[in-house]
Amino acid sequence: MAIHREELIRIAELARLEVPEEDRDAMCRQLSEVLEFAESLRRLDLEGCEPSVFAPADSPLRDDRPDARRLDAARATAGAPESEDGFFLVPPIVENLEP
Amino acid sequence: MSARESWRYSAARLSNEVRRGAVTAMEAVESGWEGPAREWEARVHAVAHHDAAARAAGSRAAVKGPLAGVPVLVKDNLCTTDYPTTCASRILAGWRSPYDATVIERLRRAGAVVTGKGNMDEFAMGSSTEFSCYGPTRNPYDLTRVPGGSSGGPAAAVAYGLCPVALGSDTGGSVRQPAAFCGVFGLKPTYGRLSRYGLVAFGSSLDQVGIFARHAGDVALLFETLGGADPCDATTRRTAAPDVSGWDRGVAGLTFGWPANLWAEGVEREIIEGLEDAAARLERAGARRVTFDFMPGEFAVATYYLVATAEASSNLARFDGVRYGFRHDDSSDLRALYTRTRTGGFGPEVKRRILLGTYVLSAGYYDAYYLTAQRARTRIRREYDQAFEKCDFMLLPAAPTLPFRLGEKTEDPLAMYLSDIFTIGANLAGTPGLTVPVGMTPEGLPRAVQLLGREDGEPELLRAGRAIEVGGEPARLGRETEREFAWPSKR
Repeated sequence: MAIHREELIRIAELARLEVPEEDRDAMCRQLSEVLEFAESLRRLDLEGCEPSVFAPADSPLRDDRPDARRLDAARATAGAPESEDGFFLVPPIVENLEP
Repeated sequence: MSARESWRYSAARLSNEVRRGAVTAMEAVESGWEGPAREWEARVHAVAHHDAAARAAGSRAAVKGPLAGVPVLVKDNLCTTDYPTTCASRILAGWRSPYDATVIERLRRAGAVVTGKGNMDEFAMGSSTEFSCYGPTRNPYDLTRVPGGSSGGPAAAVAYGLCPVALGSDTGGSVRQPAAFCGVFGLKPTYGRLSRYGLVAFGSSLDQVGIFARHAGDVALLFETLGGADPCDATTRRTAAPDVSGWDRGVAGLTFGWPANLWAEGVEREIIEGLEDAAARLERAGARRVTFDFMPGEFAVATYYLVATAEASSNLARFDGVRYGFRHDDSSDLRALYTRTRTGGFGPEVKRRILLGTYVLSAGYYDAYYLTAQRARTRIRREYDQAFEKCDFMLLPAAPTLPFRLGEKTEDPLAMYLSDIFTIGANLAGTPGLTVPVGMTPEGLPRAVQLLGREDGEPELLRAGRAIEVGGEPARLGRETEREFAWPSKR
């Protein structure tokens, strides 16, 4: 298998996810199957193929001015789980902060 | 026909009736809810959110414009101010967007009414609409089967009669495959032609808003309304979208590619019969067939599941319990808040794809997987370019099978991914694709084919779609011959 349990735990931590103990074997197997399938790309002749960069050639860049549809802070934070005065609230990040 | 029966009209006819005052916008919107939805919605479950007061408010504003009074179900990943936008995910439970997506704004400006939000696979990840936090949508032609996905709700709603047109999104086939399973038209436009502003991002280089309809002419009508540059989406094109007003011109003089090597094995007999039927209709209407071999779809699937998951792992990093919807209550520090919110908020398929994407982007694997996939993508785009030197569009399956049964593939991700084998290439190439229904199987399931075009090839796709729709009879190509929608009577 391409992905073992230790590897799974490492990437889950990077992705800020927890995979419960009882699901780990199935997850390793399913992810490995997809990666093994992706090995088929090795059979493709990629000589002269640069990596795709994907943006239409004539993409517009708008003028660097606020758009009429801009959101004020109160509306932008209105859908957050916790907010105050137009700010997002989160648990303390730094402890014992003296004033 | 009375206003109560107006759900049977095409969008073009319905808006005409509303503009001339024969049907009010409110009647036009409510006829789908009072007629077909009363019979079907509880069993099919195409709708994730609806709200009679929001419909009434929308209807009052909707008396003018090319889509006056036309109800549109929109996928739950398109931002709307008057309904929740949750991507069928627990992590966005109850969240309301403070703004409308550009395509929604353009719908409303054209007189259309958002009639509700369509069910979907969570964050558009899936091919069956079974991975929804609201439970699955079922295929209206057979309730034991899936409607396809990820835009299964909008596809099923158009199929059972709630509304004549709907919007979905297509990252790897999520409009074209459910359109095929539900027997309706489904367009994925050229990348950059419809704004993605307000479409919750999954794979940004692949995502396009797509259109469901029962008639080729209605697809053209919506494409004309929605297309064009948007200052809020830097990946939209500055130049004018292609002119699709000639959708009823017929196909005389066009050539279509017939890459028969793609269905030499692994494709169900009924699907191949549909292809032969569609080819015969195109030839009867004056198109010419060109046979050639085309690159097998496995390479596109492999490339896609590296590129799309990488982009998804990055796009979905924003759902962390700080800015939107759901937050895990019991978190004393920020890191635990992130992890517990994401673990509790995302469903199984979304987690699988985030993990896969994180892996292919992580140190030590980037070159082997992600970079290889980006190079393969270049190769695939070249294959499409070369094919369209030989023909105006290609005819191929939308999916290798008829609608499969609920539960059949939920525990086998790779099998589910392979149901997109014929659709994924167009997303990698950035080119348009159109699903076109071609009748029913003897068992009463919809049959469909897919047309793939070159960049900005929507006009040819719609002309061909129309030719297939009218059985290849040139006399019926004109726009005054839409049949009224009715359920096939033998169900």
